[in-house]
Amino acid sequence: MTQPKPRLTTSAMIASIASEGQRTQAAPFGKALVAYAADHPEIVGLTADLAKYTDLHLFAQAYPNRFYQMGIAEQVLMASAGGMAKVGLTPFATTYAVFGTRRAYDFVHQVIAEEHLNVKICCALPGLTTGYGPSHQATDDLAMMRAIPGMTIVDPCDALEISQAVPQIAAHNGPVYMRLLRGNVPLLLDEYDYQFELGKAKLLCDGNEVLVISSGLMTMRALEVAQKLRSDRISVAVLHVPTLKPLDEAAILREAGKGGRLVVVSENHSVIGGLGEAVASLLLQQGVVPTRFKLLALPDAFLDAGALPTLHDRYGISTEKFAQSVKLWLKQ
Amino acid sequence: MSTLNQLRASAYRIRRHAVRMGAVQGQGYIGQALGYADVLAVAYCHALNLRPSDPEWDGRDRFLLSHGHYAIAFYAALIEAGFIDEEELFTYGGDDSRLPMSGMATYTPGMEISGGSLGLGLPIAIGIALGLRHQHNPAIVYNSMSDGELNEGSTWEAAMIASHYQLSNLICLVDINNMQADGPSSKVMAFEPLADKWAAFGWHVQRVDGNDLAAVLNAFDTARQLLDPKPRVILFDTLMGKGVPFLEARDKNHFIRVEPQEWAQAISALDQAKPEGA
Ligand SMILES: Cc1ncc(C[n+]2csc(CCOP(=O)(O)OP(=O)(O)O)c2C)c(N)n1
Ligand SMILES: [Mg+2]
Repeated sequence: MTQPKPRLTTSAMIASIASEGQRTQAAPFGKALVAYAADHPEIVGLTADLAKYTDLHLFAQAYPNRFYQMGIAEQVLMASAGGMAKVGLTPFATTYAVFGTRRAYDFVHQVIAEEHLNVKICCALPGLTTGYGPSHQATDDLAMMRAIPGMTIVDPCDALEISQAVPQIAAHNGPVYMRLLRGNVPLLLDEYDYQFELGKAKLLCDGNEVLVISSGLMTMRALEVAQKLRSDRISVAVLHVPTLKPLDEAAILREAGKGGRLVVVSENHSVIGGLGEAVASLLLQQGVVPTRFKLLALPDAFLDAGALPTLHDRYGISTEKFAQSVKLWLKQ
Repeated sequence: MSTLNQLRASAYRIRRHAVRMGAVQGQGYIGQALGYADVLAVAYCHALNLRPSDPEWDGRDRFLLSHGHYAIAFYAALIEAGFIDEEELFTYGGDDSRLPMSGMATYTPGMEISGGSLGLGLPIAIGIALGLRHQHNPAIVYNSMSDGELNEGSTWEAAMIASHYQLSNLICLVDINNMQADGPSSKVMAFEPLADKWAAFGWHVQRVDGNDLAAVLNAFDTARQLLDPKPRVILFDTLMGKGVPFLEARDKNHFIRVEPQEWAQAISALDQAKPEGA
């Protein structure tokens, strides 16, 4: 009988995207929501059988009377959150990104967005952050949410940013879709003296050969790439765009307009309908056309199942592959 | 050997295959697999009309794994039924394996649908049952689902349609293990009286102990042989971890905790209770 070869295991839903040895913070979303809700009685929490897997269980433990378990019924989750908003509450509704968008789309679109209701949709497993295959890989969530008028969209990079974003999206008047990282979430932006501001892009590091425009997980990767390429004497600027809608057009035009740099838009999302297309459309319409412009994003395909590091390599969003692509593009 | 004894041996081997796959990844929905093994044994080794060498044979009964996370249990049944070589279980959940952790039709011979996004199975089963009837194909459609999927509206929309169309070629199997992601199903979303609910939707209902092989066998046979022009549902009450005493006793959870050294212990627990002739 053949012996099993040692192999990378498929990343479970509960796995963290933190790489080994990386600094992390546990459950930043749950903790920030508990803290904010202490003196905001209008905040309520709802989930579709995923409190434990979205860190909302912390809120449920702290405020059992303000927590509503809706069962695995994402459509009702969204519509009932809308109903609660109509009577003056501010619901935070959590599930996985695939189910909050694909399964519940009409309920988000017609109930929540059309009346511009104050519902905060916070969804775990964004983009390619599980190896479970297309049923759990939300590679199209940003495209779907961007297409909804009046939806504010946030794709945070790390634990610090999530903690800072929670009070701001709660205070914002109107529907919000936020991508959630849960469990042990990487912590890195504290080293960049970072402060999240809803609607604002931030230049995290400057460089004169490459400009990376990115959000979420890919900002973490972009910062790693910038560091890695420093040893090759390639200098990389990183413009972090955590709010995809409304887009910080001024910051993007300012940085992309500097000229002479390879511009790369990098996102943990399909090439269809995400940050890349948003930036491309903005630049073209404003007549700011970089000489070299590339998208580093997931392909327009149903992605494979397997171990997450394998898949990040396969689809080019690992730090290693990202750096290789940048070097290749610089030579072209 | 009697049918029942043969099925007992099959259920034992299904449990064993599932535990070996769990050991490969060091994780997996093993509590569910052990609990549901008896139902799968009767389905794959008695009830379903299949040709393992020709998984896409037109006349086959269809078995839809709506709860895609039960794939580990399902692959074990496919091995027992001869669709997949036992050796292949070493690839479970690995890169480029035909046995991904969540069941997908495009990966595995004998896997009819890509489930995993819960609540899809019964709606698909409606279409297959209507389609087969339309084509005068006598095959039976089995939709296998979990109690968590009772929460989804799509399940009840489909339940209403199935009786509207008198889909007597449809048998729905529900694993009532009283567990879902945030805790016991009855606490997450109260579902009783469940038999009454299905009956009110126009279904022929049976509720049995899903770990009593004789009862499971009888329920399948009743559902298959019934002349009533109604869709049929069998509600199986099961025990997570069944067959491995230390897992049966463990605090129940959607993910049952299994320490690295316990996989081998689980195998020996199964082997100790190995049925005669297995
Ligand atoms: C539409 C949908 N919503 C949420 C999930 C996430 N999820 C995966 S398994 C699970 C629990 C499902 O209940 P059940 O199958 O009864 O759980 P088990 O018996 O395996 O513990 C949930 C909520 C999903 N897969 N699909
Ligand atoms: Mg269950």
